[in-house]
Amino acid sequence: MSDQFLFATEVFINGLMAGVLYALVALGFVLIYKASGIFNYAQGVMALFAAMTLVGIMEGQVPFSHIINAIFGTEVHHFGWHVPALLAILLTVGVMVGFAWLVQRVVMRHLVGQEPIILFMATIGLAYFLEGVSDLMWGSEIKTLDVGLPQGGSFWIEDMTSFLGSDNFYGFFIDQLDIVATFVAILLVTGLVLFSQYTKQGRAMRAVADDHQAALSVGISLNFIWVLVWSVAGFVALVAGIMWGTKSGVQFSLSLIALKALPVLMLGGFTSIPGAIVGGLIIGVGEKLFEFAIGPMVGGATENWFAYVLALLFLVFRPQGLFGEKIIERV
Amino acid sequence: MFYREAGDFKVSYQEDSQTFPIKFDRFRYYVVMAVAFGLIPFLINDYWANAILLPFLIYSIAAIGLNILVGYAGQVSLGTGGFMAVGAYACYKLMTAFPEVSMFIHVILAGGITGLVCVLFGLPSLRIKGFYLAVATLAAQFFLVWLFNRVPWFYNYSASGQINAPERDTFGIIITGPNASAWATYLFCLIFLTFCALVARNLTRGTVGRSWMAIRDMDIAAEIIGVNPLKSKLTAFAVSGFFIGVSGALFFAIYLGAVEVGEAFGITKSFLVLFMVIIGGLGSIFGSFAGAAFLVLLPVLLKVVGVDVLGWPTDIVAHFQLVIVGALIMFFLIVEPHGLAQLWRVAKEKLRLWPFPH
Repeated sequence: MSDQFLFATEVFINGLMAGVLYALVALGFVLIYKASGIFNYAQGVMALFAAMTLVGIMEGQVPFSHIINAIFGTEVHHFGWHVPALLAILLTVGVMVGFAWLVQRVVMRHLVGQEPIILFMATIGLAYFLEGVSDLMWGSEIKTLDVGLPQGGSFWIEDMTSFLGSDNFYGFFIDQLDIVATFVAILLVTGLVLFSQYTKQGRAMRAVADDHQAALSVGISLNFIWVLVWSVAGFVALVAGIMWGTKSGVQFSLSLIALKALPVLMLGGFTSIPGAIVGGLIIGVGEKLFEFAIGPMVGGATENWFAYVLALLFLVFRPQGLFGEKIIERV
Repeated sequence: MFYREAGDFKVSYQEDSQTFPIKFDRFRYYVVMAVAFGLIPFLINDYWANAILLPFLIYSIAAIGLNILVGYAGQVSLGTGGFMAVGAYACYKLMTAFPEVSMFIHVILAGGITGLVCVLFGLPSLRIKGFYLAVATLAAQFFLVWLFNRVPWFYNYSASGQINAPERDTFGIIITGPNASAWATYLFCLIFLTFCALVARNLTRGTVGRSWMAIRDMDIAAEIIGVNPLKSKLTAFAVSGFFIGVSGALFFAIYLGAVEVGEAFGITKSFLVLFMVIIGGLGSIFGSFAGAAFLVLLPVLLKVVGVDVLGWPTDIVAHFQLVIVGALIMFFLIVEPHGLAQLWRVAKEKLRLWPFPH
């Protein structure tokens, strides 16, 4: 096998891994969209907020310390304790559930029945709000997140695959974190599918997704389901936040992965969980291979836009995405 | 008492369908125009021009442009930043290629070029609708910014990758570069804003505007009663692109002077202009002005209150600004989805009945 082919394969595999991470974010979108018809732009910022809260709790930071210091002239920063990762994750889940309740209570409940585009814009507002709050709460500097996940290239895989090529091929370089992320994603999707198929709440969730009024008439509380859905989305955001945060540090750019998840959703269709995963993989592989093959010719950094243009071209031929429900329009 | 149609007799159809049917409104309009053109240029200084007036005028043009697309034609676009960048770079290339031509012509041409680019990216709107379209316009945003960053021809192979506005004049008055005086830049932008607002107002109440609104309200029904969706969607993209291009050109050449594309025309710019349109009011020309004024003044106000009065560090104030803008967006969508323009409308309606509201 030629080296060129092997490098392309390596790029392909890394693209798959990156795609899994995109899919992880896209999953949160699909959940909320299916259950409430809200396209939640704030999903990325929720991931940022969750990761920041996790770091803040682990390091024992004082929330809003900057403002407290500015108003009272004090110098508080840390409580001085360190919380173990598992406990901190549980606490963060609690925070995300509280956040879900607040969002439902204060914002979304008042917007029931509005046009989808109004709801979308409301979540853009929510994204700005949450971004500001998380900066005020935990400070805006870049933080490192370490919950004990393995990082760095896997030497084992490199050693095992180096025989494939000639002397200047050292084996596939694959980040251990990406492998962990893949397993986590598989676990998460299995868990979500089981939850929505076999539990009472999960079934209620699917009923709401099918028809709000019918669900309401058989006695399902829409308010409860929506809080539940936002909480689950918050949990998915936390998982995505942990993965991305461990990979590249907890910082503002984390919230931009929401934008990366949009073309994934367009490819897969807004209403399909398998679609989110397949879409994520296609985008991940597509943009890595494009950057590898065409990128050097046109000046590089094509990853910024390739996903969108791919999704755009794709949509022209199939407006509802790969797995989306067929759009039927009536007058 | 004086805010009435009563006693103001219309004797022709033209008078009956004028923009300001109430006499008081008409006078108010003339007074505003007189102050804007006749008084402010004599009082203006650099601080007022750069901190408040220029951004207000330029963002108003952008907001009118986006309002035509989102508010009147119902095609949600998140590519405003990218299209403003097209206007800015088109203006830059024209300014450097033809130094002796008047800036008026450059800015108008830049708007026209942006209109064409906008139509190109608007083509998928014939198949894609709603959210899908909103996300599809993100393709324009990211692709255009990348293009201006990576292709050296656009920034004339300058080492920094930035574009800098050279000194240009119109009718012998310098209006770009560091030597431009505040009143000249102000008047230049004001003329464009007045022109754009008049064009927008008259387009939106004519045949074109009605076909846009028909498409917005229900495109299939509109198609059945004989509105051509291809024509009305693409004209909306073209007109909106022209306005946004003009505002991009002014933003670069007059206001900033030097631009780094990712910073000045990034995705946040798209959202900012979209917020202006939402807060101001979808489908309202006045709303575009109100939204632009609101979001230009809000940071200035917060800075004065937070940094100068309370003495907080600037980064905290910047974060507070995010919180407040986000909360306001949600507040407006919940309480008054039609924005400031609707509040204005309600106020006028109340005023007409005052002091006997029954």
